Amino acid sequence: MSKKILLEHAHIEGIRFYETYRKNGGYRSVEKALKMSPDDIVEEVKKSGLRGRGGAGFPTGMKWSFLAKPEGVPRHLVCNADESEPGTFKDRYLMEFLPHLLIEGLIVSSFALGSNATYIYIRGEYAWIPDILEQAIAEAKANGWLGKNILGTGFDCEIYVQRGAGAYICGEETALIESLEGKRGNPRIKPPFPAIQGLWMRPTVVNNVETLAAVVPIINMGGDEYAKIGVGKSTGTKLLSVCGNVNKPGVYEIDMTISVEEFIYSDAYCGGIPNRKKLKACIPGGSSVPILPANLLLKTAKGENRMMNYESLADGGFATGSMMGSGGFIVLDETQCIVRHTMSLARFYNHESCGQCSPCREGTGWMYKILKNIEYGHGKMSDIDLLWDVQRKIEGNTICPLGDAAAWPVAAAIRHFRDEFEWHINNPVEAQTRNYGLAHYADPIHVPTV
Amino acid sequence: MSEQIKVTIDNITVAVAPGTTILQAARQIGGEVTPPAMCYYSKLEGSGGKCRTCLVEVSKGSEKDPRPMPKLVASCRTPVSDGMEVKNITSPKVLDARAGIVEMLLINHPLDCPVCDQAGECHLQDLSYEHGASSTRYEFDRRTFEKEDIGPYIQLHMNRCILCYRCVYTADQLTGKREHGVLDRGDHAAISTCIGKALDNDFIGNVIDVCPVGALTDKTFRFKNRVWFTKPVDAHRDCPTCSGKTRLWMRGDEVYRVTARKDKWGEVEEWICNTCRFDKKQASDWKIEGPSKIDRHSVIAQGHYEGVLKPQNFLPEVIGRNPKLLMNIHDVSGVNKNDIELSKLNGPAHSSDFDKK
Ligand SMILES: Cc1cc2nc3c(=O)[nH]c(=O)nc-3n(C[C@H](O)[C@H](O)[C@H](O)COP(=O)(O)O)c2cc1C
Ligand code: SF4
Ligand code: SF4
Ligand code: FES
Repeated sequence: MSKKILLEHAHIEGIRFYETYRKNGGYRSVEKALKMSPDDIVEEVKKSGLRGRGGAGFPTGMKWSFLAKPEGVPRHLVCNADESEPGTFKDRYLMEFLPHLLIEGLIVSSFALGSNATYIYIRGEYAWIPDILEQAIAEAKANGWLGKNILGTGFDCEIYVQRGAGAYICGEETALIESLEGKRGNPRIKPPFPAIQGLWMRPTVVNNVETLAAVVPIINMGGDEYAKIGVGKSTGTKLLSVCGNVNKPGVYEIDMTISVEEFIYSDAYCGGIPNRKKLKACIPGGSSVPILPANLLLKTAKGENRMMNYESLADGGFATGSMMGSGGFIVLDETQCIVRHTMSLARFYNHESCGQCSPCREGTGWMYKILKNIEYGHGKMSDIDLLWDVQRKIEGNTICPLGDAAAWPVAAAIRHFRDEFEWHINNPVEAQTRNYGLAHYADPIHVPTV
Repeated sequence: MSEQIKVTIDNITVAVAPGTTILQAARQIGGEVTPPAMCYYSKLEGSGGKCRTCLVEVSKGSEKDPRPMPKLVASCRTPVSDGMEVKNITSPKVLDARAGIVEMLLINHPLDCPVCDQAGECHLQDLSYEHGASSTRYEFDRRTFEKEDIGPYIQLHMNRCILCYRCVYTADQLTGKREHGVLDRGDHAAISTCIGKALDNDFIGNVIDVCPVGALTDKTFRFKNRVWFTKPVDAHRDCPTCSGKTRLWMRGDEVYRVTARKDKWGEVEEWICNTCRFDKKQASDWKIEGPSKIDRHSVIAQGHYEGVLKPQNFLPEVIGRNPKLLMNIHDVSGVNKNDIELSKLNGPAHSSDFDKK
């Protein structure tokens, strides 16, 4: 079912500006929250079951409760708006159209965590959005929601917007913190975790844009009510950014009870695959998560319908499942070539590795080169096993999860589409002219009838 | 004295101070049990965690929380807990991962040791000798950079760099100025100076000593001699800038090179200044103490008859018995047993003939 909580007012003319936003119920959660104790807010967020929307899906309330609170040391909240994962563009939509929703969430969360200086670290390529955010911050401040002694509670809070300089790795929370401190964006070696030593070695919470925006409805309706939306441990609503071969790409808000099939084919969402083509494969949660062939996407290995939620998408582990990830839903129809697609992801990770640790620095380049060979007709059969072995040597052996994120797409492509790789190697000339892979992976169930 | 905690590495238990890393605990044991470390440097704050050669398996987290750690961890940056059990050479997973790391470190390395000045004292050479494969699966062009002089004394040959960041921390922590760092990222990252600036402060020569490979070399020594033909002796002089305690690399009476003294983990004991390192190349500049102690496994030990340190063999303790041949022919087969007279057998001997008695 389509359920709009975050995007409820997104269609309203002028919602980007304070007056309209406030008239539509904006900043109510701040009024409510600032009368509560910070611990009670954390408790509400815990009850809501909200899970981090940045990719890992870690329970937000739990993360907040880990924050160290040493006497006399300032704490910080950092909003991760670096959104650079290929296929993911939901935060951009939120910030562009509902900047005040994010600011509102940030004020409540800052109060809960005791952060007097809160930062939004935004992807450099989102060049026009900092202005939007800064305008919203200025409006909020002019109306007494930010600054000194907010609503007479004695709570002070400033929000600063910092632009990144074009590095995917600066979305990794410790690299983000380094970058925010003005250093090279290399991920830190953990432990210590940011909750103990983060920004300027102070206790810090880093959360995704959507996570922090979701705090607003949680406070407004109460954690228990929020937890009733969705299913199991997938509570609340989730934003998905859809791209690729669908009739209606874009950002959708769903409650996590619908099936993948409904999401792809229903007119309320993606509206099916264009040009009467069949569904071949899909990356359900941003470029880092494993790609699934159509049959495993729509049904789990057990034959159950696959649903759009954390548990169901991950059902079967990496052998037959994938992940909710960051919600970047990339759909490939029967004419898409998995080898080319995998190569292009490998190129991305090769380009974005920070280069600190040897397996990721060297391995990402190696994988890209092998894939390039296969794609351009110079591959050998042994390259497939080599590729498998290289990704295996990277996975789990690196400082930060970028190494894993580079390895997983390659592993999943080989796992599910091995004969497409073989076909490329056996048909080097055709593979280049035709430039698509084997259609037999395409969804056997759904032939759209128009 | 603070409380000591116990950690077991490859079946050998040591007591260490809380906060000790697994690597440091393993170094207290020594020998094969110690993971190789290409980036960690105990004297450089923040170093380690990058090369991943020191990965180990933690099979038991601690006495309190015995759960194993889900992934291999960098021993150089992971503190021990009481009752922790660690597997290094006893873990096939570790050996497999390490072989992978060594392969990664080598795919873009020039492998032209015969013309590299570091050969003979290169940690990457030692590492690949001990953990690497004999051939490569990498079939692409290696990444190349131009050689670069950074300052009058040091040459940077980026092709050989393994991006361990040791020189970056050294330049940062010894010299107060931040003019030496890493540019760009991923496999195109490069060590550089800000920007193309000559490094000429008093202690910058130490970056040569910390570099595990031949990426940073001493221009006053380059190609003058192979290190294993020179003889290391410990020497000192009264130096107004540093401790003046150095190691001279001599041939006959000639001083070819001056470096800091290094301990058995290849780490500098005391930093030395540029004057000692680059300008004092006469034996008469120095008071010579005697031959340096050198590990036996090092190539430098060849032709070196005094002060060679024999590494301790820990294998019996690690595997709980003396190492033996995989199959002892005397136990398995009766061929060598005296009580069977082969000449009396009718035709060729079969194993069944040996079972008879
Ligand atoms: C390479 C890499 C890139 C990441 N990029 C982002 C990002 O762009 N936005 C984001 O919110 N989280 C990103 N993350 C996840 C963050 O490290 C962190 O887990 C997240 O911001 C936590 O927020 P959450 O708990 O609200 O999900 C990235 C992680 C990695 C390893
Ligand atoms: S895994 Fe890659 S991106 Fe992450 S720290 Fe290592 S080299 Fe950098
Ligand atoms: S130049 Fe040497 S010390 Fe510096 S990062 Fe490279 S390998 Fe390490
Ligand atoms: S020595 Fe531990 S990672 Fe390099």
